[in-house]
Amino acid sequence: MQQSSRLAIFALIELASDPERQVSVSEIGEKFRVSAHHLAKVMNTLGRAGLVQSSRGVGGGYSFTGNARRTTLLDVIKLFENTTGDCKLADPSVATDTEWALFDVMCEIDDIAKATLGAITISTMLRQIERRRKAREAAEPSQTAGAPEKASPSIRPL
Amino acid sequence: MADSSREKPLGARIDIRRVRGTDMPGIVALDQQVTGQAKPDYWQDIFQRYATRRVDQRFFMVAEAPGSGALLGFIVGEVRGWEFGSEPCGWIFAFSVDPAAREQGIGEQLFQAISAAFRKTGVKTMRTMVPRQNQLHMAFFRSEGMVAGPYIQLEKDLVD
Repeated sequence: MQQSSRLAIFALIELASDPERQVSVSEIGEKFRVSAHHLAKVMNTLGRAGLVQSSRGVGGGYSFTGNARRTTLLDVIKLFENTTGDCKLADPSVATDTEWALFDVMCEIDDIAKATLGAITISTMLRQIERRRKAREAAEPSQTAGAPEKASPSIRPL
Repeated sequence: MADSSREKPLGARIDIRRVRGTDMPGIVALDQQVTGQAKPDYWQDIFQRYATRRVDQRFFMVAEAPGSGALLGFIVGEVRGWEFGSEPCGWIFAFSVDPAAREQGIGEQLFQAISAAFRKTGVKTMRTMVPRQNQLHMAFFRSEGMVAGPYIQLEKDLVD
């Protein structure tokens, strides 16, 4: 997955977690440790797709305007990259059986990846994050609620 | 006085119970509506096996509408153990919700009911198998917290 797609997913999840809230690009960039410049381009693309909208002025920023239960990770990724992935042959008319066999394997992987990304919505991601947060807090009972998100050594980092 | 039941989604008001023989025509019809294939013999066999035997580990549950008792959906599963070394776990192998009653929490209620039934048997994991192209079921099970498990389903074409 390309960096722009990852940033877009991070930003959408951040905004969809509280659709009423306006969040600035710098705020999102700081949270995910990316430059506001790069993120601004990503947000423009998301805005054109109708997933976010911006408002200017004091307290302005971006808010989520998509349907979190309908928007899948694959929908977002498709805004930024060609999703045919490695499942392609340079020239099928001259491809050998070896090349076709590798093509079959890559298509198999690609199909599974697409099926997974196409089945996970922004809403599902929010639920997954909540489950992860609860697991982390259960593993670290001393950590106070609202403390910065940090992966426990016993919990696989994202 | 406001009818408070109208304020709740249908899924919060439905009844989930074990299947009865009288539900079977509705189940055959719902399955046919969703899959396009009528399988009365298959469903009668499933009823015999999952509603009348070893029912402490086999769960064939239906969702019915409040009042009318109309069939809104069903879910079927059982506890399976030691297939290819797998510890006993809950298996969901059939699940359907009336297309006209979807997005009202009925599927979630059925899923939660069978999850609770599996949990009572002592298993710690539940599994299912979904066609990759079935985005509806894939998205539903994902939203309920199911993720790819440690097994991969493989197949071979036996037709030359």
